[in-house]
Amino acid sequence: MTEPLLQLSGVHTHIGPYHILHGVDFAIPSGQLTMLLGRNGAGKTTTLRTIMGLWQASSGQIRFDGKDITSASTPDIARAGIGYVPEAMGIFTDLTVRENIVLAARSGPVDKNRLDWILGLFPALKRFWNLPAGNLSGGQKQMLAIARAIAEPRRLLLIDEPTKGLAPVMVRSMIEAFKALKAAGETILLVEQNFYAASALGDNVVVMDDGRIVHSGAMSELVADKALQQRLLGLSLDAHQ
Amino acid sequence: MSDMAAESNTPAELPRAKTDWLPLVLIPALALLALPFVGSPSTWVTLTVAGLAMGMMIFLMASGLTLVFGLMDIINFGHGVFISLGAYATLLVLGPLAGWAQADSLGLNLALLLLCILAAMLVTGLVGAVFERVIVRPVYGSHLKQILVTMGGLIVTEQLIHAIWGASPIPIPLPQSLRGAFVFGDIVMERYRVVAVVIGIAVFLGMELLLNRTRIGLLIRAGVENPEMVEALGYRIRRLFVSVFIAGSALAGLGGVMWAFYRQTLTAGMGMEVMVLVFIVIIIGGLGSITGCFVGSLLVALVANYVGFIEPKLALISNILVMALVLIWRPQGLFPVARR
Repeated sequence: MTEPLLQLSGVHTHIGPYHILHGVDFAIPSGQLTMLLGRNGAGKTTTLRTIMGLWQASSGQIRFDGKDITSASTPDIARAGIGYVPEAMGIFTDLTVRENIVLAARSGPVDKNRLDWILGLFPALKRFWNLPAGNLSGGQKQMLAIARAIAEPRRLLLIDEPTKGLAPVMVRSMIEAFKALKAAGETILLVEQNFYAASALGDNVVVMDDGRIVHSGAMSELVADKALQQRLLGLSLDAHQ
Repeated sequence: MSDMAAESNTPAELPRAKTDWLPLVLIPALALLALPFVGSPSTWVTLTVAGLAMGMMIFLMASGLTLVFGLMDIINFGHGVFISLGAYATLLVLGPLAGWAQADSLGLNLALLLLCILAAMLVTGLVGAVFERVIVRPVYGSHLKQILVTMGGLIVTEQLIHAIWGASPIPIPLPQSLRGAFVFGDIVMERYRVVAVVIGIAVFLGMELLLNRTRIGLLIRAGVENPEMVEALGYRIRRLFVSVFIAGSALAGLGGVMWAFYRQTLTAGMGMEVMVLVFIVIIIGGLGSITGCFVGSLLVALVANYVGFIEPKLALISNILVMALVLIWRPQGLFPVARR
């Protein structure tokens, strides 16, 4: 069996006096979209930030592409090929849309074909190309955050609640964009509260509660098992449609 | 610039960003408003040029601090000592090249000024690197500690200046060609002030180009707003912090040279004396904004000059009054920079 692209083993994270992650274990296979689900405060964002090195794991191991990145710095983790879209999107509002994307392409000018592909995924960004990103709506900022994360090819994308607070029409276009990213072979770990969106996209699912992994497996199994949905998430897919 | 190649990949008819012209209009509006109160047009031109020159010197001294404050969130009360140190560094050049200052040659005189600036920027840049490593780095994230520690650093460095160059004020001569004034009818413009205006504009344009047309400039602007995200994109923000601190110290050194030749006297406390003005300017401009710092400097200096002429008793409070009015109008400063 091939080694997963990302592997977390017994990861604990403390933030000040608070013990947030309690021995998190899961794996992200290459070329697939894995959903990370759980209620508010379950530890999903902490998990992503710990992978990115923004909060250091206090124990355990994080391996990416066979290398231990547990103690690596955030820039080194990003340079290893992990793109990150935080929950707050992290858009540079004083910079234009173009400048946000230019900055994300560390190795030089953005490849023209890749830029065309990105703007094809998020056509709204074209209209605001030379305007400050602060002028964008919430959904457009989310599009820019994802466009920025894929400005260069990445090995893995970590995306935190991209549909949060978006209008249904915007959620649908976001789902279409993720489907296109999946089709392009991107490996994605997506934190999501919207189970409808999660079930439409995920190949695999990891469910967290109280800083621990309480379930992991194929998304199709969770979608088919309403009792499991109720037990893990306290809701069923029907409620989100 | 090659990094901006992405621009050429999109249609030309896309909308451009709107420029916030309103604060920029303040300067000519203020000048025109002062004209009837000053009365004599020739006096008005003299006051305006003198105010612009003073504003440029304040800008040179303040621009480094606004970048350091904006990007690193560091309250560096020790900034003033880099101004003093830059001023004293002129002695390193004026000592061996005293003859150049006396020569009746504009070329030699300007070359001397340039060498003084280079020496000052080198010295203050190097001391800035040490200051950041030893004094500032241990107190990242704690404003109270920063104020205390950088004040301590200022006092220690001022005492070092006393130990090296002595405690007495040291007179320094203006290079021969920069003395005196250009006289056009009733209008008098001191030559050195014209040079200060030219250098101030050149530095401002250089910084604007750097910040808006280069990748390092983009990184600085992005880092001012969200340093964590800059790291998550793969850039080492710490190196950027150190570079900006060194650049900020070197700019203070440059300002110190210009300020020293303007005063024609060196004292260890000369940097600290202008720090209140420097803080007013960076607050008025918007913390982290170079354009704001530039406009704020000109505004403060012009108001001080006009008020000092029209109603001298109000001159002392004019700067505070300007700051209060600007902050009532725009609480985040003239050109607010988005904050993390």
